[in-house]
Amino acid sequence: MAERALTGLTVLDLSQNISGPYCTKLLADYGATVIKVEKPMVGDPSRRVGPFPDDSPDIEKSGLFLLLNTSKKGITLDFENESGRDIFKRLVKQADVVVENYKPGEMQKLGLDYERLCETNPALIMASISYFGQTGPCRDWNGSDIVAQAMGGLMHLTGEPDREPLKLPLSQAEYQAGLNAAVAILCAICFRDTSGEGQYIDISVHEAVASILEGAVSTYSYSGRILNRTGARHRYKCPSTIMKASDRYVHMEASAYWDHFAAMVESPELMQPRLSSVMRYRHADKVEKAIYPWVESHTADDIFCIGQEWRMPVAKVMGVEELDGDPQYEARNYFQHISHPAAGALRYPGAPFRMSETPAEVTRSPLLGEHNYEIYRGMIGLSRDELAMLKERNVI
Amino acid sequence: MLSEAVKALSGVRIIDLSQIFAGPYATKLLADMGAEVIRIECASRSGRGGALPRLRPGGDFGASFPNGDTGEHSYNRFAYYNEVNRNKCAITIDLSKPRGVEIFKRLIRISDVVVENFSPRVMRNFGLDYTVLKGINPKIIMISISAYGQDGPYRDYVAYGEGIEAMSGISKVTSYRNGPPLKPGVAYADAAAGLHAAFAIMAALRYRRIKGVGQYIDLSMREALTPLLGEAIIDYAMTRRTPKPTGNRHQRMSPHGCYRTRGEDKWIAIAISSDRAWRALCEAMGYPRWSQDERFAGVSGRISHQDELDKHLNEWTAIQDNIELAKVLQSHGIKAGAVLNAADMVNDPHLKQREFFEKVEHPEAGRHIIPSISWKMSRTPGRIERPAPCFGEHNQYVFGKLLGMNAKDIEELAREGITAEAPLPYTDI
Repeated sequence: MAERALTGLTVLDLSQNISGPYCTKLLADYGATVIKVEKPMVGDPSRRVGPFPDDSPDIEKSGLFLLLNTSKKGITLDFENESGRDIFKRLVKQADVVVENYKPGEMQKLGLDYERLCETNPALIMASISYFGQTGPCRDWNGSDIVAQAMGGLMHLTGEPDREPLKLPLSQAEYQAGLNAAVAILCAICFRDTSGEGQYIDISVHEAVASILEGAVSTYSYSGRILNRTGARHRYKCPSTIMKASDRYVHMEASAYWDHFAAMVESPELMQPRLSSVMRYRHADKVEKAIYPWVESHTADDIFCIGQEWRMPVAKVMGVEELDGDPQYEARNYFQHISHPAAGALRYPGAPFRMSETPAEVTRSPLLGEHNYEIYRGMIGLSRDELAMLKERNVI
Repeated sequence: MLSEAVKALSGVRIIDLSQIFAGPYATKLLADMGAEVIRIECASRSGRGGALPRLRPGGDFGASFPNGDTGEHSYNRFAYYNEVNRNKCAITIDLSKPRGVEIFKRLIRISDVVVENFSPRVMRNFGLDYTVLKGINPKIIMISISAYGQDGPYRDYVAYGEGIEAMSGISKVTSYRNGPPLKPGVAYADAAAGLHAAFAIMAALRYRRIKGVGQYIDLSMREALTPLLGEAIIDYAMTRRTPKPTGNRHQRMSPHGCYRTRGEDKWIAIAISSDRAWRALCEAMGYPRWSQDERFAGVSGRISHQDELDKHLNEWTAIQDNIELAKVLQSHGIKAGAVLNAADMVNDPHLKQREFFEKVEHPEAGRHIIPSISWKMSRTPGRIERPAPCFGEHNQYVFGKLLGMNAKDIEELAREGITAEAPLPYTDI
């Protein structure tokens, strides 16, 4: 195994569902030892979400769990139990980072908040991910992905201008929070490496979304203009929209060489002064109408091919089911076949970036409590008898 | 140059050749944490748009300038640039000239990280690919952000964020129920790439602290966006189901959606995640007769009859204020939130109390509100110490103080056209 960038870091991961697990998946895939701590018998709720092979539920086969917990070690521990909490603190002593995404206040109730964990390990870094952060009037609100996308300003900007705002698909707000947490943790590690000091990090899913509005807030402040939804179109670039080719959808867009674009789509009309100026986005309907005959008489594959020959930023609107056979992903060996003892061999998305010296190494997600012996024995020296007793009492 | 506050990344110097949003977003995150980020710009590639004539362009584009006025120096007054480039320095170097390349190499000697998001052949054409930079500074970390990656058949293909979104699978499911594909309302491929890039840089810096070696990072924007669609990918891998556009609905929650409220373009998002939450919603609504229909008692019934549910719910929400209604629903334990636009957000008491926005004074654009640091760190919170740089603002600091050039040398750079006064003007307006 090649060396990895984060080898030697130990992360205790109490997080569940998506935001926290995506954060710790990144840390684990790039080399940190991530110990995922799950409730005995039950595990992370994502174990019950699916999808499941043959649609038959099984806590060891949930797609969501398998996807987001790669490269981690799995242990079980019940914090509601006093000896569970003592064991946890002994683990904390050996850890660099704790990640959790319970509702604000839960860790305090368990006596496992940052202040108290610091008594055990003064250099600890702890990251808490919550929907609205650890302070403020909405701190205790009930969150979900769509609520975070709504309050974070993203939804207002997505969809058709004359219809209701639209959320981004799947759980994008949660992933944004996970990514923010992962970057913040490595910044804290950097500071600790030079100063020896740990710290507490408060990540809000809501604010993670509000951070990527790309100029919407400053535009409002600069001119008072509230940006609205633009459907498939880009706000300023024209054309930049999704159109139906002869067989399916394509993304149509021009490079700076407008004359080349006009020639490619065989539309001399586009060379009229009004349409060749960069201010043509005001006449988007006209521009798109002029392009449409060419687009609808070609297949998406042809448009992609011809467009790239002309060096135009055109693209195919692909479904996830097509990514599998895509020549670019294939040439770069992007998707990874990973075998799992319960769920079998499946194709997983690969690493989000490639490091020349320390490439990611993605291994399967753990079974519930799979590494209890290894971790409890190796890290805090519990004996087989002690483990058996803890297991009997459902502490692990 | 750096002030006294304790910073997570003090002492880290990043050379930033990136443009538009993906790269600049990555370096924004690190500049906020205290890294010294030096943007390299030139007259033909400033990342600020070309110099616009003084005008008041209409539409959303004009709205990106203070009061819709491009001013004398449009390139110093562009909201998008000024938001994402706060806390950074900017200098001008023309890398297509040998003397420019030479100065750039001197800068590499005293830097830790280089960020670029040109298409893969550009750095090579400048004679500045990783092998060259590594020869100058063996510990340098270089990250290249490109659409499709540095190798493979699409390597030289042209794509911007929207094309990458289309090719990754996200556009197809960014859609109303059974509707055509749409665009995520923000540059989502760029945001995903920028965050992963910041993580990659920090991981490489950590490895360098331990082992003393730098490395090269190849980040394809498409590959960085794909993992965020993992749930759909694994679903296809397991069951061969292809994801259908579900709009604002949810596989396991119902009702789940966006409902019209009082006022123009005002909406509320509601997610009912359990039967208990449904009963709480009925209570909040005052148990209207339709809500007591047995078909709605369980989640599977609600999912199969959501069209009908949505109609009733929309009637109930339509006459209420979205922000007040969200408070009421939350007090019943329901997941709900108003759909906020930029103005609502700036006035949101929660974001206010958390100091999520900050007013920043820019010498040419005036005093404006921008989102502050993306997360809260107790020991090294980070802060906005300076506004986005004006074009070439830090030439003196970088050439003079960091590279030790004297005033005469710096003047000569200007004469030779290595540095520039202003970006080239836009010609086709």
